[in-house]
Amino acid sequence: MDFISILSIFVMACFVGYYVVWSVTPALHTPLMAVTNAISSVIIVGALVAAAAAGSPTAKWLGLGAVVLASVNIFGGFAVTERMLAMYKKKDRK
Amino acid sequence: MSFVGPIQTTPSMADVMPIEHVVNPWVAFAYLASGVLFILALRGLSSPATSRRGNRFGMAGMLIAVITTLVTHEIASLPEILVAIAIGGGIGFVIARRIQMTAMPQLVAAFHSLVGLAAVLVGVAAYFNPGAFGILDSSGLDILKQSRIEMGLGVAIGAITFSGSVIAFAKLNGNMSGAPILLPARHVINLAVLALILVLVAVFGLDTPALFWGIVILSFAIGFLLIIPIGGADMPVVVSMLNSYSGWAAAAMGFTLHNTAMIITGALVGSSGAILSYIMCKAMNRSFISVIAGGFGAEAGAGGAAAKTDRPWKRGSAEDAAFLMREAESVIIIPGYGMAVAQAQHVLREMGDQLKKHGVNVKYAIHPVAGRMPGHMNVLLAEANVPYDEVFELEDINGEFAQADVAFIIGANDVVNPAAKTDRSSPIYGMPVFDVDKAKTIFFIKRSMGGQGYAGVDNDVFYMDQTMMLLADAKKMVEDINKALAD
Repeated sequence: MDFISILSIFVMACFVGYYVVWSVTPALHTPLMAVTNAISSVIIVGALVAAAAAGSPTAKWLGLGAVVLASVNIFGGFAVTERMLAMYKKKDRK
Repeated sequence: MSFVGPIQTTPSMADVMPIEHVVNPWVAFAYLASGVLFILALRGLSSPATSRRGNRFGMAGMLIAVITTLVTHEIASLPEILVAIAIGGGIGFVIARRIQMTAMPQLVAAFHSLVGLAAVLVGVAAYFNPGAFGILDSSGLDILKQSRIEMGLGVAIGAITFSGSVIAFAKLNGNMSGAPILLPARHVINLAVLALILVLVAVFGLDTPALFWGIVILSFAIGFLLIIPIGGADMPVVVSMLNSYSGWAAAAMGFTLHNTAMIITGALVGSSGAILSYIMCKAMNRSFISVIAGGFGAEAGAGGAAAKTDRPWKRGSAEDAAFLMREAESVIIIPGYGMAVAQAQHVLREMGDQLKKHGVNVKYAIHPVAGRMPGHMNVLLAEANVPYDEVFELEDINGEFAQADVAFIIGANDVVNPAAKTDRSSPIYGMPVFDVDKAKTIFFIKRSMGGQGYAGVDNDVFYMDQTMMLLADAKKMVEDINKALAD
């Protein structure tokens, strides 16, 4: 993919992010941070590529290290978000 | 790594592009799908009712991204990778289960540091093994210039995120004093280091690979230098800002690796953090620059102590509070960071329940910067089973204080200070605050009369005719009120 296509995706995604995040209710700003944290660990994709690559043992170990770190974030981030969201309840109308 | 996706490269571009293994378009499609699922995950957070489904979308997106990567790359050793995921995942899962909700800000800061460090590791790995990432130029020996710049930026942002988050974590977790640490000439030092990093990235793009390490080291240093002068009260902005950086780091890595999932996610997270920083700054009426410049708590603290006066104030008891609130028609509770410190959210909810049994209309009012991160108070109240439709934001409830019988302030201070509306010389002037002074009676729980809040300014509310100070540990005081209410 050439640079301009990638840049286009990036700029569009920034705009999408802008509008989507403004629509997040302030009550959920903490879960928002937790979940953005989890999804930014999509960087694990890069870590997996590095860990899978043949040729450079250094790169491989760095990649595996990054896989561990990103996994902490992915599992931790999604799990803690789930835990928080489960606590938000409506008033029971009796 | 690259792929032939729906967006075709032009022939001229293809000539200069490195020789890459061609992956089928489904891979591009899969990464795009996970990007879209991440958008839906954030979209779900527009209401608590849809939020959990949103979180599942996020998980699905991540699963697709990981599996796609695993099946399309010749994985040298799948067991090793699975072990790495299991170790990390296990640690993350256990932390997520055990962490106390009051410790959320430091947890998020710690997670940000991991994203930053992972970005640095991936960048360094790409530097060692550019072939695997498909970023070699046509000679097959050197990394593409453009990729080097992207890589340099990604590593720099990642390193800043890492060291900055480590400091933020230490401050939030109490391993380090929350007070700002002010180095002489820090603005000059910081700007010089930042400029130097940018120059190094540019030069690294042109040539001289050894500069890569210079970028890494300087970026670690600047992350540290940027956060140490920022005081505890500004932490909501810092945490949001680091959230944003972790996104930009992921996006920069996405540019290097030509990966749509990473670019979309990075942009989403980056804008999310930026918007949260903006909301936090606006809620304190401070410019982003002044927060980043740091030193807020230190300067104001000195001024506030000098201005301290001996004005008369009234002390109330738990019985007074219980009696007056039971008779009230409406009570608005304003929680702040002090409630989190005292872990008083559960007893507070019990108090609300008791009052409701007496027919009192109970509402909770939350200031955007209450606590140490955006939405911190909302999570704590939710944890204590306070229904979210009883919890209101500043602008939604501020008009109701004039009709309220009781404003019950627990662990908050600056966010109810009328000086923000009237006193031009106050460091918090212009910050939107709750109009508690309009309520008929004010109960103000505070540990002692000595403390001045984080901005270090005196609060006129203490000395008002309708104010009763409840001086005690927040949890203890609310427990006593509960006892008195039960009698």
